[in-house]
Amino acid sequence: MAGESTTILTGAQALVESLERVGVEVVFGIPGGAILPAYDPLYDSKIRHILVRHEQGAGHAAEGYAMVTGRVGVCIATSGPGATNLVTAIADAYMDSVPIVAITGQVASKSIGTDAFQEADIRGITFPITKHSFLVTDAADIPHAIAAAFHIAGTGRPGPVLVDIAKDALASSAPFTWPEELDLPGYHPVAKPHSKQLREAARLIGEARRPVLYVGGGVVKAQAYEALAELVRITNIPVVTTLMARGAFPDSHALNMGMPGMHGTVAAVGALQRSDLLITLGARFDDRVTGKLDTFAPDAKVIHADIDPAEISKNRVADVPIVGHLGEVIAELNTLLRGADLPDYGEWTRYLSSLRGKYVLDPEPMDGDLLSPEYVIKRIGEIAGPDATFVTGVGQHQMWSAHLLPHERPQRWLNSGGAGTMGYCVPAAMGAQVGRPGEVVWGIDGDGCFQMTNQELVTCALEGIPIKIAVINNRSLGMVRQWQTLFYGERYSNTNLQSHRVPDFPKLAEAMGAVGLRAETPEEVDAVIAQAMEINDRPVVVEFVVHKDAMVWPMVAAGTSNDDIKIARDLAPDWEGEDL
Amino acid sequence: MNTHTLSVLVENKPGVLARIAGLFARRGYNIESLAVGPTENEEFSRITVQVAVDSQLVLEQIVKQLNKLVEVLKIVELEDLAAVRRELMLIKVKADPATRSQIIEIVQLFRGKTVDVHNDSMTIEATGSPDKLEALLEMLKPYGVRELVQSGLVALARGGRSLSDRAKIEKTRPAAWPA
Repeated sequence: MAGESTTILTGAQALVESLERVGVEVVFGIPGGAILPAYDPLYDSKIRHILVRHEQGAGHAAEGYAMVTGRVGVCIATSGPGATNLVTAIADAYMDSVPIVAITGQVASKSIGTDAFQEADIRGITFPITKHSFLVTDAADIPHAIAAAFHIAGTGRPGPVLVDIAKDALASSAPFTWPEELDLPGYHPVAKPHSKQLREAARLIGEARRPVLYVGGGVVKAQAYEALAELVRITNIPVVTTLMARGAFPDSHALNMGMPGMHGTVAAVGALQRSDLLITLGARFDDRVTGKLDTFAPDAKVIHADIDPAEISKNRVADVPIVGHLGEVIAELNTLLRGADLPDYGEWTRYLSSLRGKYVLDPEPMDGDLLSPEYVIKRIGEIAGPDATFVTGVGQHQMWSAHLLPHERPQRWLNSGGAGTMGYCVPAAMGAQVGRPGEVVWGIDGDGCFQMTNQELVTCALEGIPIKIAVINNRSLGMVRQWQTLFYGERYSNTNLQSHRVPDFPKLAEAMGAVGLRAETPEEVDAVIAQAMEINDRPVVVEFVVHKDAMVWPMVAAGTSNDDIKIARDLAPDWEGEDL
Repeated sequence: MNTHTLSVLVENKPGVLARIAGLFARRGYNIESLAVGPTENEEFSRITVQVAVDSQLVLEQIVKQLNKLVEVLKIVELEDLAAVRRELMLIKVKADPATRSQIIEIVQLFRGKTVDVHNDSMTIEATGSPDKLEALLEMLKPYGVRELVQSGLVALARGGRSLSDRAKIEKTRPAAWPA
């Protein structure tokens, strides 16, 4: 074991030393009573601490940082309410498999269980939403807990790990021993796929007539996009990329049919429904993709590759299960398929291409006398370009962003997919900008989402984090309103935010140290985006005043079959070539 | 619904049972019986859990989800015929001088023990398979069962191998940390 083990450190010093040893560059957090000892050595550390305004912001920022860097993001909070404020972000990271480590202070070990001041059993609270968690009550255990937490968060299927440290463990001293080996006898993620299953997958691909590559966020997490591009080059099989996988394969590629699911493209939904073989890579048959499960892709056999064995055959039974790291899985498939005598899928891809060409979202700038939100989002994408990093909140603007932004490069699209966390955008954009200093980070947010977490703009202004946030202001909780329009007889119960000039978003932005802009006409749209692109020393908030009745189409109503997708209200697509 | 018996080897650490119970609760799996205790190695505990499932797929999913818990080392399903399965039952049954000897006779037939006697009751201890204990209980019911407590099922696979032999217990060497 470690040779330099004779140094005596306080638990707090051991924590900071351990964070440095696992390569942490930046942490997002807020101090408080129980975590206070840790902040003293942190003051002298080379680790950058970004003082956020709310712990949820720290959690989402850690996610944003992790998503763009591929490293483990870190957030820190104190016990009790500090820790519980992290819960939403931890749940978000769990649902979207984002590697973060959350470090929380806990009351002194003697006080645990006594309802002490600011005591909350954060480990118990987060059992269901963490990949793993530790409660540390002895200073000597801190190095192993931190090393193990980072190892677990970042390997296998990534996810959030919580390290809850009692105040007396931080304050007392112990010999510092850095573990070269970790004592985790129950943790053995499988990376290497089974060759027999890979051969079986290759055989099915060789027999398929209507195969589809159903690509999920796992491909992004595994950074397996080059292998994926090669797989498409070798096989010419069409691709759909889920909400979490936008950018894993370029949208401009002729074989990319777009995003599947509840608000998927006709081509992507049609591809899955009519397929005879789903080659599922790091996707999990989420209900937002499958619609009514027993009518999903009814004729398809399923190859399902994932690093998490529990995802395989969870919702849809796999004919060929493959457990492994997607980088290895796809590379091995490429080896097997390269030079193989594969069928010509030309007729199938021509059919899908025709669907793709027929149903194009091409928004008009105005809807009546107000801007169309789709147009605004499209222009942001066109002006910012595919090298920008885009982060969204949750709702209509998220879906339009998923379709209309230039998704050409991987790890440049961040959103809250599984959890659907309104309020994700601003803090996650902050974290993404910290992970990508000097690059353009655009947050596209709704007026509802923005009002949940915009306080982190203060953090951005003071810490020199020049994110750009577009507030797509339709003065309502747009996606909920859309459902009320379609399914609740246009009874708009509590979805009207009345956010016409209240708040005054540009003034609010200015008050927080950001630049505040507003656009209400197509000319202003281009002008403010250009203006925002010029500002790189401060955050910018641009309010776009848009029409509130715009709806996200296509749509598969919740609980119905993907076959019943509508391209507009009561309008089904024309499935020309139905006999395929 | 079919009942299956899973033997789960876990790290002997605080909170492990809460994680497992929580997993069953939040994913809607049915626990029929649960027994937790130490093993031959003090670092590990062993949980024997009986689950009722609709299909083999659900059982598979339970095993996979349990395996995702970092503190779970090994899970095996113990098939009825390939395992020794025991429960412990304590039964307080009404017994007066007239019925006492009849009850003792029944208990002896089931190789149980009388562990406490009073004027109007006696307490029986019995171990065995769930079927045997159920049969004993049926025999005692006519006399009047006043109180009953039963342990969860514990089980061991027949044959020479142990569960910890089958677990891969080794240290993890992490990849280099990012610079």
